[in-house]
Amino acid sequence: MANNGEDIENNMVTEAPVPTQNQHPEPGVTGVRSRGGGGGAEQNGQAPPQRTPQVVESEEDEDEELTLKYGAKHVIMLFVPVTLCMVVVVATIKSVSFYTQNDGQRLIYTPFPEDTDTIGQRALNSVLNATIMISVIIVMTMVLVLLYKYRCYRVIQGWLFLSSLLLLFFFSFIYLKEVFKTYNVAMDWITLAVIVWNFGVVGMICIHWKGPLRLQQAYLIMISALMALVFIKYLPEWTAWLILAVISVYDLLAVLCPKGPLRILVETAQERNEPIFPALIYSSTMVWLVNMADTGLGHRPMTRKNSTEAPITQVESQSLALGPAPLSPPEDDGGFTPNWMGHQEHQLGPLQSTDETRREIQQLPSARPPVMDDDDEERGVKLGLGDFIFYSMLVGKASAAASGDWNTTLASFVAILIGLCLTLLLLAIFKKALPALPISIFFGLVFYFATDNLVRPFMDQLALHQFYI
Amino acid sequence: MTAAVFFGCAFIAFGPAFSLFIFTIAKDPLRVIILIAGAFFWLVSLLLSSLVWFIATKATNAQDLTLQKNLLIFGSIFSVILQEVFRFAYYRLLRKANEGLAAISEEDGPPLSVREMAYVAGLGFGIMSGAFSMINTLSDSLGPGTVGMFGDSQYYFITSALMTLALTMLHTFWGVVFFEGCERKRWWVIAVVLCVHLMVFSLSLLNPFYVASILPVYAIMLLMAVWAFFSSGGSLHNITLLWTCKTRLKPI
Repeated sequence: MANNGEDIENNMVTEAPVPTQNQHPEPGVTGVRSRGGGGGAEQNGQAPPQRTPQVVESEEDEDEELTLKYGAKHVIMLFVPVTLCMVVVVATIKSVSFYTQNDGQRLIYTPFPEDTDTIGQRALNSVLNATIMISVIIVMTMVLVLLYKYRCYRVIQGWLFLSSLLLLFFFSFIYLKEVFKTYNVAMDWITLAVIVWNFGVVGMICIHWKGPLRLQQAYLIMISALMALVFIKYLPEWTAWLILAVISVYDLLAVLCPKGPLRILVETAQERNEPIFPALIYSSTMVWLVNMADTGLGHRPMTRKNSTEAPITQVESQSLALGPAPLSPPEDDGGFTPNWMGHQEHQLGPLQSTDETRREIQQLPSARPPVMDDDDEERGVKLGLGDFIFYSMLVGKASAAASGDWNTTLASFVAILIGLCLTLLLLAIFKKALPALPISIFFGLVFYFATDNLVRPFMDQLALHQFYI
Repeated sequence: MTAAVFFGCAFIAFGPAFSLFIFTIAKDPLRVIILIAGAFFWLVSLLLSSLVWFIATKATNAQDLTLQKNLLIFGSIFSVILQEVFRFAYYRLLRKANEGLAAISEEDGPPLSVREMAYVAGLGFGIMSGAFSMINTLSDSLGPGTVGMFGDSQYYFITSALMTLALTMLHTFWGVVFFEGCERKRWWVIAVVLCVHLMVFSLSLLNPFYVASILPVYAIMLLMAVWAFFSSGGSLHNITLLWTCKTRLKPI
């Protein structure tokens, strides 16, 4: 059973990375923004007649300033869930010994053992393991991109449905079992079945269909933590560190290279004007439906009202736009859930839209519906679940492996948060899909190894003598 | 050793810092980011200084205990100096970032004043410094053991907690005073802060003779608190207003 579980889990685990995607036509908005000076003049059909470029520029600056102001809020909106996920993983590692025990079991994708006689052999084995794992990931990404390109949405949806099913039922059952063992809690099978059943079903509903935002976010955090724990348990030491390093490099290449699979995915989704992966991406606000024009919800009137208001009040109107009952991610509009191994891109929510940008978009001779304006008013930020998993895996490994030292865990945690902050800053500057793994994992790894080998003995000596620097 | 010791020491060491965080920093995202970046800067300074210490210990005889202790003291002094250097570097970074934000802001002035940034940066340094000093000790206090079995002091945990608290608060005050001094181009302030930091470290060398180390450190902390209060715009007038719960003393 355990082996079977591992196989299925590995299948899920090695689904290709997929980037998150904003629903609005970025190039359009960015284009307008940069042309603000000249373009503003010709678009002021309904605005006061004498609009100097200075005023338009100040609106641009205002957009940027609001972007940066909201940028700080977005950073915190990601800090909190990432911190929560890490806290769950570290708390579990420190208390439940199951996840740090070496049972001798391995994933089928890391077949080479690491308890070898020589260091050279161990290094070789870990390199081979990492190579196998990363090639599986690459193959799976290609498969996913191909499936998406040839519109096999049902296959992808079914695949992801099955994976989240396994996570929510099987892995959470194992987790509960181990927690009960650790705390010596006696639980009968009937109660356990009821608990796991309810947990799983509510999770499936929240993630794949509709649910309260906070509950959906909580479930996403929980499944990321579960996945990270599985990785921590089943990946041997050196293999795990190597995989972390290699996957950040892969992430960088896959997202930024013109022929990278993730970039192809993003561009295909943009061409087709579909939102990709509405589930299995952590979103800080609800994802709006693309076909909102059909549903005729309160957004339309609000958009029109916004267009005629002065830019200064746009902030209030946008906060109003977020007020109405959120919509759940669509199930059948071609959005499919990414696999968390994939993840890595995230983007700021649409930037502040001004009268000019809205009019510009409405005048665009493309098939994009004007409903994109409503997406512009949503100021959420999205981060792939794969990012959560690898961040938590790094911190969890740090707390499991580093001689039980808390300083190392704390240092890796701060390093990852700072990496995330820098990534979001770059996102605000470049305004396109970016990989979230490289900077954070690089900082995390550097600080982990440096703290474990250099700072730990230093601080131990200082604590021993009670010197305070 | 017991849960009481754990919780008591944890609250002594981290209580004030935690409440400062909850009441003044948690609501504002920009402050949280500056706090974490401050913690990061302190961490980097510690990393570099422990690298230096590590190289020094590896290059010398590990059996010679007095030499090792002297190397530890040297490493710590270097770490103190590096911490102040990084505080200055962080000041420069924050000023640049603040100018950038102010230039494009529609309000008059930057979103955060230098004083706010000074306080948050100081607290960031303090929290990280306190966490690194105390967390391992705290986690050990949960496990089994006997304190002072070989003739060491019985009061290890509580004195550690008290020193950690003092250091955290001191870092906050140093941050405020340091940034204010840099703002007004009073470079002697930097030298004074460095000297006080070195003095506090030297006092901690007197541990486990706690009377001679903890009491003077707390006295220094109170003096620094007063200095930070006046440096950040406080005055006796403000205190009077606070106690009499008025917004101004005389009606206009």
